[in-house]
Amino acid sequence: MTTETTKKFNIDTVEHAAKTPDTELPWAELGLKQNEFDEIVKVLGRRPTGAELAMYSVMWSEHCSYKSSKNHLRQFGEKVTEEMKKDMLVGIGENAGVTNLGDGWAVTFKIESHNSPSFVEPYQGAATGIGGIVRDIISMGARPVAVMDPLRFGAIDHPDTARVMHGAVAGIGGYGNCLGLPNIGGEMVFDSVYQGNPLVNALAVGVMRHEDIRLANASGKGNKVVLFGARTGGDGIGGASVLASESFDDTKPSKRPAVQVGDPFAEKVLIECCLELFKGSLVEGIQDLGAAGISCATSELASNGDGGMEVELTSVLLRDPTLTPGEILMSESQERMMAVVTPENIAAFEAVMDKWAVEYSWLGEVTDTGRLIITWEGEVIVDVDPRTVAHDGPVYDRPFARPEWQDSVQANSFTGSVEDAGRPSAPSELAAAVTELVASPNMCSKDWITKQYDRYVGGNTAMAYPDDAGVVRVDEETGLGVALATDANGRYTYLEPYQGAQLALAEAYRNVATSGAVPMAVSDCLNFGSPEDPDVMWQLAEAIRGLSDACMELGIPVTGGNVSLYNQTGTTPIHPSPVVAVLGKLDDVARRTPSGWREDGQAIYLLGTTAAELDGSEWSNLRGHLGGLPPKVDLAAERALGEILINASRDGMVDAAHDLSEGGLAAALVESSLRYGVGARIALEELMERDGVDLFTALFSESQARAIVSVPRSEEVRFKDMCTARGFAHLRIGVVDAAGGKLEINGVNELSLDALREAHEATLPKYFG
Amino acid sequence: MTSIPLIGEAVAVAAEPRLAGAKIGVVTFPGTLDDRDAARAVRLAGGTAVSLWHADTELGDVDAVIIPGGFSYGDYLRAGAISRFAPLMSKIIDAANSEAKLPVLGICNGFQILTESHLLPGSMIKNDHLKFICRDQTLRVENANTAWTVDYTDGQEIIVPLKNQDGQYIADGKTLDALEAEGRVVFRYVGFNPNGSRRDIAGISNAAGNVVGLMPHPEHAVETGFGPEVGLSGSAGAPRDTDGLGFFTSVLTKIVGGDK
Repeated sequence: MTTETTKKFNIDTVEHAAKTPDTELPWAELGLKQNEFDEIVKVLGRRPTGAELAMYSVMWSEHCSYKSSKNHLRQFGEKVTEEMKKDMLVGIGENAGVTNLGDGWAVTFKIESHNSPSFVEPYQGAATGIGGIVRDIISMGARPVAVMDPLRFGAIDHPDTARVMHGAVAGIGGYGNCLGLPNIGGEMVFDSVYQGNPLVNALAVGVMRHEDIRLANASGKGNKVVLFGARTGGDGIGGASVLASESFDDTKPSKRPAVQVGDPFAEKVLIECCLELFKGSLVEGIQDLGAAGISCATSELASNGDGGMEVELTSVLLRDPTLTPGEILMSESQERMMAVVTPENIAAFEAVMDKWAVEYSWLGEVTDTGRLIITWEGEVIVDVDPRTVAHDGPVYDRPFARPEWQDSVQANSFTGSVEDAGRPSAPSELAAAVTELVASPNMCSKDWITKQYDRYVGGNTAMAYPDDAGVVRVDEETGLGVALATDANGRYTYLEPYQGAQLALAEAYRNVATSGAVPMAVSDCLNFGSPEDPDVMWQLAEAIRGLSDACMELGIPVTGGNVSLYNQTGTTPIHPSPVVAVLGKLDDVARRTPSGWREDGQAIYLLGTTAAELDGSEWSNLRGHLGGLPPKVDLAAERALGEILINASRDGMVDAAHDLSEGGLAAALVESSLRYGVGARIALEELMERDGVDLFTALFSESQARAIVSVPRSEEVRFKDMCTARGFAHLRIGVVDAAGGKLEINGVNELSLDALREAHEATLPKYFG
Repeated sequence: MTSIPLIGEAVAVAAEPRLAGAKIGVVTFPGTLDDRDAARAVRLAGGTAVSLWHADTELGDVDAVIIPGGFSYGDYLRAGAISRFAPLMSKIIDAANSEAKLPVLGICNGFQILTESHLLPGSMIKNDHLKFICRDQTLRVENANTAWTVDYTDGQEIIVPLKNQDGQYIADGKTLDALEAEGRVVFRYVGFNPNGSRRDIAGISNAAGNVVGLMPHPEHAVETGFGPEVGLSGSAGAPRDTDGLGFFTSVLTKIVGGDK
């Protein structure tokens, strides 16, 4: 749409740029550093035009280029065995990785951050976080089937937390519900370290047949380039470069206009329309428009393809006719896609657009020049090698060093600290402690959030929060399905980043195995502070090293993810928070294992051993302590436990299973009881004797590689034999008691399920209404 | 007509073979979300689901129509206000009001479309608590004589998922009194009114009983393992996840005729 207004621009053409080398350009305002600007001039052999500068500034931003993390992220691709690659159909680097599920099915999933926009404008920030990750999934050729949302907010009682929480939850719900994607789980953590930098991560998963996999590349000279979906507006300009790649600082003006605004209805129509395009094989390559908008889509498509691309920018349909070429290139307006279509398929493509009433415009075509050329009314305003924009951006070897304070933090163990004074030991004290724990901000019921999300739509949700993993059926005929869990513990990772990242993986792995699924693939969202701070850079480097080592040991590859840096206010970074998502496969979702017991008289077993590991625990957090070393990582034990849980599910040996993580055994026992309102009688004397711990430690320690299961009487011998054969510690700690309506633990005053439920469910409504 | 892309193939069910001849149309608008679910429910009940597209100008040979849930046209105006003008809707309105009394079920957004179409009285406004709510809801079947409820009994309590943003049913007192007097309140919320609906009304019918609309989603309670038990905490006892199937068997039985 060329209008009178757009014609009036004084266009900075390539020719003009070559003639005016000394023109001052606003590269610093666009987030570029002097050395980066110099590099652009070197690459082009002249100063960039205004439009080229806009493109480079967004594509070379931290958010789009991974310039600080790239050197470390390589490990995810390097520490991979042939065995791990076996089921990986598409690996890191595409919009999302693709994993083979068998029977001709494939699954694609990815987790991403939308942190900064969600602080500035929580509703739209969180909503477009869902929108963006869902478009990544569509771009792979898949039908999206579920979403999840790991959330981290500031202190529960801080006045600003309610603003962010209400907005983010309503945004995720408002957008996700309208797309018809069940929300099957997530996380919720409150900690003052996230006060000015809440973490709003979003995960989407999609499924497809193998033949439907699509990639983002522009190939075939003469093929047409089309932009379709929403019109391009002035929203989100500088979202990636200015907002997501800088620390917050309240001396600067509000960054609200840099936040994108979402239209979920447009996205829902886009999903259906894309699936119809895929079904008819009407697109050769496809790319969603997210961060860096048209700059990213054109340069990535052209860079991944075998030739070049030529595009006329005035053909872009606009919401606001006054946008400059640079703004059009940088706009992060949502619900847009770019595709490459052969000339023969143009008519069929347009018919699909018309059917779904989706607007589209033909922008140009694929060439064989190796150049990305963008014109404005025929005049060349961009003439670049697309690789220099999309893939060969700057890479930094940022200095990093173990922080000086790390030793003193690690030396400050909870046990024996001031905060540990008066540790509960009497039966009444222990009962009060259990209640306090399950009512605490991080351990309380998340119903307030999840009841604002549709978990049913699609009719394939086999499990959702509060079970350990979300489970979605893929094939109705065979029951084939996938399980997903996300986890991270910022406190553990602060205490020891290498181990903390491994613990996040271990927990997500354990959650997936607990549901009965075989873990297959990993996606990670690495949320950290500023990479320009060597302390933070060390945390990032250690976390990546730890995570990649652990993936190798557990035999599951990272297939994609995202890095979110500059999550800090002033010089204070968040806790390093590597959020890890694990995807598993269930041959038949009917075999999934829920987290709650139901059948009276079933035996309750604790798998794994308990050590005195309270540092970094929820209990120490409740007492205001953070120090010491996180629980030990034992990946061999995690793998053995996972195999037991998967086999037990497959062979019908357990009716319920729940992993032990934050809040330890105490939290798990309460959650498994409240799941179906069925209590239990528990005795831990034998455990205390075997593991050499007291009752408090048995209940509140966060030792890893543990789970509780309920076993039908008829299966007990077989189950015990399996654990023995595998040399895995197992101990009968109690029995399901359906009649009593209470949780009885020897040495702890009786806990009525009604009272526990009230405490568990009252916390969020108390703070958020 | 369009085909609704499905994940996986149709499930083979051991339903009464005579029901398979009954064709139930499921309408898709831009923004419809639960169309595939409604089609699955029809199949699980033993019938044949037929996809209908909002822009179609003919209803074809369907024996009944389901207008499923979702956010047609994004609900950016009043929920259902735009969909009501779809070409197919005028055909549905005519058929519902005709001698043949085509059975029509509107679920959630479909219910909103039916009130906007004036096939059913009253209207829906935003939930009284102003939030989206998703929960497993107990309903009482107040009228087991409509085309969509004959397989239930009067007073029977069922559990089906509810999920909506604009679910508060309102109408003036006279209309409500008339609905009550004529037995046209078909479902009432039990135990908890999730959206502030007048007189706990969850669903209503037209005078002839062939058109029924309700806010909760029976199509999400038709298959063991995928119904109300999902994510539910706090209910002991056997899962109740197929209580919604009766809607679909009711209409199929009615179409085929005779006793089961």
